[in-house]
Amino acid sequence: MIRPDAELLLDISDLHASVEDQPILKGVNLQVRAGEIHAVMGRNGSGKSTLSKVLAGHPAYRVTGGSVRYRGDDLLTLEPEQRARLGVFLGFQYPVEIPGVSNLEFLRVSTNARRETQGQEELDTFDFEDHVRERLKVVQMDPAFLDRSVNQGFSGGEKKRNEILQMALLEPVVSILDETDSGLDIDALRIVASGVNQLSSPETASILITHYQRLLDEITPDYVHVMAAGRILRTGGRELALELEQIGYDWVDEQLAAEGVV
Amino acid sequence: MTSTSTRDLVSQPYKYGFVTEIETDKIAKGLSEDVVRLISEKKAEPDFLLQFRLKAFRHWLTLEEPDWAALGYPPIDYQDIVYYAAPKQQEKKASLDEVDPKLLETFDKLGIPLSEQKRLSNVAVDAVFDSVSIATTYKEKLAEHGVVFCSFSEAVKEHPDLIERYLGTVVASNDNYFAALNSAVFSDGSFVFIPKGVECPMELSTYFRINSGDTGQFERTLIVAEEGASVSYLEGCTAPMFDTNQLHAAVVELVALDDASIKYSTVQNWYAGDENGVGGIYNFVTKRGQCRGARSRISWTQVETGSAITWKYPSCVLQGADSVGEFYSVALTNNRQQADTGTKMVHVGPRTRSTIVSKGISAGHSSNSYRGLVQIGPGASGARNYSQCDSMLIGDQAGANTYPYIRSQQPDSAVEHEASTCRISEDQLFYLQSRGIGFEEAVSMMVSGFCRDVFNQLPMEFAAEADKLLALKLEGSVG
Ligand SMILES: Nc1ncnc2c1ncn2[C@@H]1O[C@H](COP(=O)(O)OP(=O)(O)OP(=O)(O)O)[C@@H](O)[C@H]1O
Ligand SMILES: [Mg+2]
Repeated sequence: MIRPDAELLLDISDLHASVEDQPILKGVNLQVRAGEIHAVMGRNGSGKSTLSKVLAGHPAYRVTGGSVRYRGDDLLTLEPEQRARLGVFLGFQYPVEIPGVSNLEFLRVSTNARRETQGQEELDTFDFEDHVRERLKVVQMDPAFLDRSVNQGFSGGEKKRNEILQMALLEPVVSILDETDSGLDIDALRIVASGVNQLSSPETASILITHYQRLLDEITPDYVHVMAAGRILRTGGRELALELEQIGYDWVDEQLAAEGVV
Repeated sequence: MTSTSTRDLVSQPYKYGFVTEIETDKIAKGLSEDVVRLISEKKAEPDFLLQFRLKAFRHWLTLEEPDWAALGYPPIDYQDIVYYAAPKQQEKKASLDEVDPKLLETFDKLGIPLSEQKRLSNVAVDAVFDSVSIATTYKEKLAEHGVVFCSFSEAVKEHPDLIERYLGTVVASNDNYFAALNSAVFSDGSFVFIPKGVECPMELSTYFRINSGDTGQFERTLIVAEEGASVSYLEGCTAPMFDTNQLHAAVVELVALDDASIKYSTVQNWYAGDENGVGGIYNFVTKRGQCRGARSRISWTQVETGSAITWKYPSCVLQGADSVGEFYSVALTNNRQQADTGTKMVHVGPRTRSTIVSKGISAGHSSNSYRGLVQIGPGASGARNYSQCDSMLIGDQAGANTYPYIRSQQPDSAVEHEASTCRISEDQLFYLQSRGIGFEEAVSMMVSGFCRDVFNQLPMEFAAEADKLLALKLEGSVG
């Protein structure tokens, strides 16, 4: 839903970032307003996950230029945990396993960290059990996953559902979902998509990183961006995604060459 | 890493590093037969004890210091150590009110209040200061149940028969280099006796405090549980920060008769030296329990976080049929600390069972080795052992080793060993952080998850404490 007067949640301006002194992001510009859904597409290695990790504050990525404002404030000076508490959520492309840490306890601690920032009361173990059971329905996940270690031994699709469960619990303002659709079977894709739709509201926004139209059939984007060589090369409406299905990314090289980027 | 990378954070200072100014009665440095006699004389000991000491000393003279552990330290000059130091308060006081307030204050500062008003309601404490017991709480209440809990010196005076019967029967005075040294010069420690059929009504705990800089610490602990008796005992340890190393060579002996059970827990937080490895305690300890009776059980739980060097292998000799030995250990090393620790499970009787769960955590430039022996003798038909040794590495400068030894002379037995090594990765920490969990809390969540199997074994009062202690010790170690 595009409303030009809606709050500007995320304002990314000429963002540059490196990993191990290798420049990856080379001038990303993106504005996200409340109520909007953005799809980010692009070839493997074009910098999509890098962008998402920079926004979440991964320590391995160094910002070398530009700025990111979240609801008017500088996002880049905040620790990753502060960003999360303020409502920035990253659904990982590859969620890591954390042996020995109970999923339930992990979810409770993170939910309470977010709630505290929002001025809501802390949920004790019992209240949280009820709360999490409610949210499990959003992703149709078996409560048995709560008793396991975080992501340990979860299948690829189960990990992705666990990410959306976290999203449901943290009630983020801006959600960046990095290839949440990859590795999901057809039913799971529908469940996850319906979960994301249920959690969307006029006050929040999502950035969906994806390679496939299939997700965008379920979640209709307001904007589609194509990333290449660490920048957003082209932006369009939902029809751009359909066009990409047809033409692929060959035009990207021509356009980069025309702009003098090799 | 990000702006407040913990690499930049300075390690939490060791908060028990203060020295108490107090007059002590100290003998001159050095070790000889005269010194051994002097110690015995100062303590007005019966002759059997003097003979025990002399025999140990003469044997010690024939021994070489062991060098098989994966440890490195400069040679110890045994003539440069003071072998007896006691706070000048000769007589043990009948009431706590008469104990030097400075000593009470010291223990207050350590979080071990001894006074009537403040002491823990369900834990009896023996407070040992520089190897001398200064106070024991709840003695009368325990006595009503027939339980003896007092300093070793008192036990020698009041229960010489029990001491003579059990001392050195588990760890012989010639057992090893450090045990022989301890047997010759030990100054004090704790004694526990639980009579037949009695379940000790409260937790017993000894708190060891090293204060002197040049004094060796040689405590002796003896716990006897008669038929059907049971007890849970916990020891805690701290020391001031000195830039020299102090030797701590204690001996602990446990005896469990038929159907008896002894649970021995340790939270060891001796001063570990600074981040460059200067100073700290050399913790060379011999701990052994004997399941003498049928169906008896001895369980060691240790959380080892301090000391420059830790060298200890709490062991169980499973003599009685169907007896059970357990060893649960968390050993954490940081900076330049070294630990070589583990256990020995010696299966003698039939159908004896043992469980070993060892969790080593190494951070900084430290080195952490598990060394364990499972021995199944010819008489131990149907014996079973399960061992699990896990190592966690934090950062890329720390080392971990596992040396499991298995010797079986009994085909009808089962020994199972599992081992694993993991590293806390930046991506795991980032994952937790990106869900609103702070960096330090993320580390401590992962570490306590790793240690859960062991912490579950600690008495409830101390499990949370142990969790906090680890978090504190790791502060500033990741990044
Ligand atoms: N930690 C890292 N170390 C070295 N190179 C990295 C690191 N992270 C990213 N890169 C490099 O940065 C480039 C962009 O990677 P990124 O993961 O952002 O791509 P992507 O657009 O998400 O690709 P995909 O569609 O395959 O997920 C790649 O060439 C990748 O190899
Ligand atoms: Mg990616």
